Amino acid sequence: MSTTAIPTGTKWWSGGKSPFNVSYGKVMMWYFLMSDAFTFGAFLISYGTIRFSVNHWADPNHVFNAFPFAGHANLPLAFVSLMTFILIFSSVTMVLAVHEGHKMNRKGVEKYMLLTIIGGIAFLSCQAWEWTHLITGDHAVLVNGQIEHWGTTVSKNPWGPEVLFNGKEIATPGPIAFGGYFFGITGFHGFHVFSGVIINIVMYIKTKLGHFDQRGHYEMVEKAGLYWHFVDLVWVFVFLCFYLV
Amino acid sequence: MSTMSLQETAHHEGHADAHGEHHHHETFITKYVFSQDHKTIAKQFLVTGIIWAIIGGLFSVIFRLQLGDPNATYPWLEDLLGHWAKGGKLQPEFYYALVTMHGTILVFFVLTAGLSGTFANFLIPLQIGARDMASPMLNMLSYWFFFLASVIMMSSLFVQTGPASGGWTIYPPLSALGEASSGSKIGMDLWLVSMAMFIVSSLLGGLNYITTILNMRTKGMSMTRMPLTIWSLFFTAVLGVLSFPVLLSGAILLLFDRNLGTSFYLSDIVVAGKILPNEGGSAILFQHLFWFLGHPEVYIILLPAMGMSSEILSVNSRKPIFGYMAMVGSLFAITILAFLVWAHHMFVTGLNPFLGSVFVLLTLLIAVPSAIKVFNWLTTLWRGNIRFTPAMLFAIGFVSLFISGGLTGIFLGNSALDIHLHDTYFVIAHFHIVMGVASFFGMFAGVYHWYPKMFGRYLNNTLAYIHFWITIVGAYLIFWPMHYEGLAGMPRRYYDFSNWESFKMFGGLNEFISLVALIVFAVQILFVINFFYSIWKGRKVTTQNPWEANTLEWTAPIRPGHGNWPGEIPEVHRWPYDYAKDGKDFIPQDVPVGADESKH
Repeated sequence: MSTTAIPTGTKWWSGGKSPFNVSYGKVMMWYFLMSDAFTFGAFLISYGTIRFSVNHWADPNHVFNAFPFAGHANLPLAFVSLMTFILIFSSVTMVLAVHEGHKMNRKGVEKYMLLTIIGGIAFLSCQAWEWTHLITGDHAVLVNGQIEHWGTTVSKNPWGPEVLFNGKEIATPGPIAFGGYFFGITGFHGFHVFSGVIINIVMYIKTKLGHFDQRGHYEMVEKAGLYWHFVDLVWVFVFLCFYLV
Repeated sequence: MSTMSLQETAHHEGHADAHGEHHHHETFITKYVFSQDHKTIAKQFLVTGIIWAIIGGLFSVIFRLQLGDPNATYPWLEDLLGHWAKGGKLQPEFYYALVTMHGTILVFFVLTAGLSGTFANFLIPLQIGARDMASPMLNMLSYWFFFLASVIMMSSLFVQTGPASGGWTIYPPLSALGEASSGSKIGMDLWLVSMAMFIVSSLLGGLNYITTILNMRTKGMSMTRMPLTIWSLFFTAVLGVLSFPVLLSGAILLLFDRNLGTSFYLSDIVVAGKILPNEGGSAILFQHLFWFLGHPEVYIILLPAMGMSSEILSVNSRKPIFGYMAMVGSLFAITILAFLVWAHHMFVTGLNPFLGSVFVLLTLLIAVPSAIKVFNWLTTLWRGNIRFTPAMLFAIGFVSLFISGGLTGIFLGNSALDIHLHDTYFVIAHFHIVMGVASFFGMFAGVYHWYPKMFGRYLNNTLAYIHFWITIVGAYLIFWPMHYEGLAGMPRRYYDFSNWESFKMFGGLNEFISLVALIVFAVQILFVINFFYSIWKGRKVTTQNPWEANTLEWTAPIRPGHGNWPGEIPEVHRWPYDYAKDGKDFIPQDVPVGADESKH
């Protein structure tokens, strides 16, 4: 096959108008996000069908009441609120980074990208602590007339209905779907945050190396921003489904 | 232009940067293996698809041998399959593996990747007037993820316990429990991992197809001037991008169930007297997740065939396509409805009957856009100056099969009739005709029509006519009688029917079907030989526009290089269906509109 020589100055796209009036890269990102929304949608809908087909579900105020270094203080949803705040704040810094990009201000982009990356890592660290706390937890559960000590894992749920045993209220095993969906979906979301952090680090390095200044625009930062906001938006739904409902 | 600067320019879209010197340092590796040229990637998809089609077809021949004569032994089968065909007799476990892999291979690897991977890659840039895909890099990765998926799926054929064998729909609990059958062991894990890779490939490809069509069209190529092939490939890509992720979710949960001890799909199961610890899951949940992909998948397979047939019917009738906007509108309607009918595959799995009736209504609604399309194809043919090229014959064959198979869809879409017909040979006959063979006909039509553009040579016509006539007659002879078997209640996926008094009468018929299947398979091999022989030895194409067609790909050189057009990309002035207009046989899209020209 011969290689067709393309004359100097030939435009790649010599006309027509994009129906959405945005670059192909952004169209691609939007369609990818739509596709990814279907992935998360399938997970969350599956979670919903199973959750509402069982008689008992763990009370989030019970399960998520711990806070690092706070001992056994009962602080329902305090830690996850902090996590949510961190993630949403990182979205704010992302918006500022994109804004600085529009102004072609490299130093500003660098500053806010760095803050976004720190926010993402902070969120992931919080999630790591929360998972560890749940998995290594120690809850008395009445199993076949015996008291066992369980953590919350994909196949063990110590948050079932409570019964009276030797005059004491004690939990029985709950539906094991709880752990599967919780770790499955927050894990999948965490994986997205992790990918986002990697993407943001790449963007940060490219900004530092001046790639976008050479190119004349910071569109890649904007695209990374779209992804980052999407990941935050998904968290809002995850937060709603697992912590608030 | 080197691939590097191509990519660079693609990143700078909209910026008319001057690219001065372009070097031609293409090695064999960058030109044929890790190529970013959409035409080479298309050929890679096509050749990989052909290899898969031979394997998948061979599987059907082997299990048809079993169904044709359940008592016969074939010593060569033992040489081929080893302990899966001890003494030359196919083992029941491997029979299930064969039907499962036949379905998986044909549905995903041939008619999804092989069909839209080939023609979306080949036709989109050429027909909309673009140098390449929006992101040639992602496009290349799309093929290599497909390749990886192929390697993993292929390797599952060689593991000790055999490939997945719970049916191509991999319903749990068969697919979720390793102890359920030999095919539920490592073969099933490989199946799931392979499909995950496949979904990544389809996502990368689909994103590229969508954005290329939306953003990279040449000047004057408005959406309503796009050939119907492009419209169909666009809707196909949208379907894929929005439905495959749901299968990904389903597959991930299934992998967790298999390997991490979760029970998303399992509840209260006793296997061999042992109570499993699983509880609270729902096997029907998997069916919903699966068919949310599975049904759009049918249209992912069918729409490209529809688009290509529309184009080929118009070119070879020397007439404008009838009802262009109605064709686009019906493609759109099918795309929307495709997402709303998945539960018609689940009428008998414990669906609420009221919900079932909603799905019946939505399912039967698809008959409307389908009928519009058939009407428009027939009216395009009506009083046309028809050229019976091999591509045209296959396109007409596609319309015929789409009608025959579509009509039985109306039976199956009815939840009351489905109680009797589900999981019988009636279903087999229906979907093989309407999406299996029909899409193959669309694909053959596409290959015969665009082969000159792909390789600069023609396929052998005599072999092509033999291929067409034996295939169309054979397809009807194979699948038409299956309707009667199905109506009589003969269930699908059974290894041996000879023990049932009620199905004994079909013994001869089954033998006949198997015989025809063997002949049809042999003729496909003839096509493959023709395909590869003609790449090197076929008659050379000497004219730029051998079919006298209007679309842009025929304005490119006979064998276009990377970049497609040596000079400026042609500007488009009209829709692609100006045939038999103002006394002219055809007016290509890049011809400016004359002052006294009539409107189409």
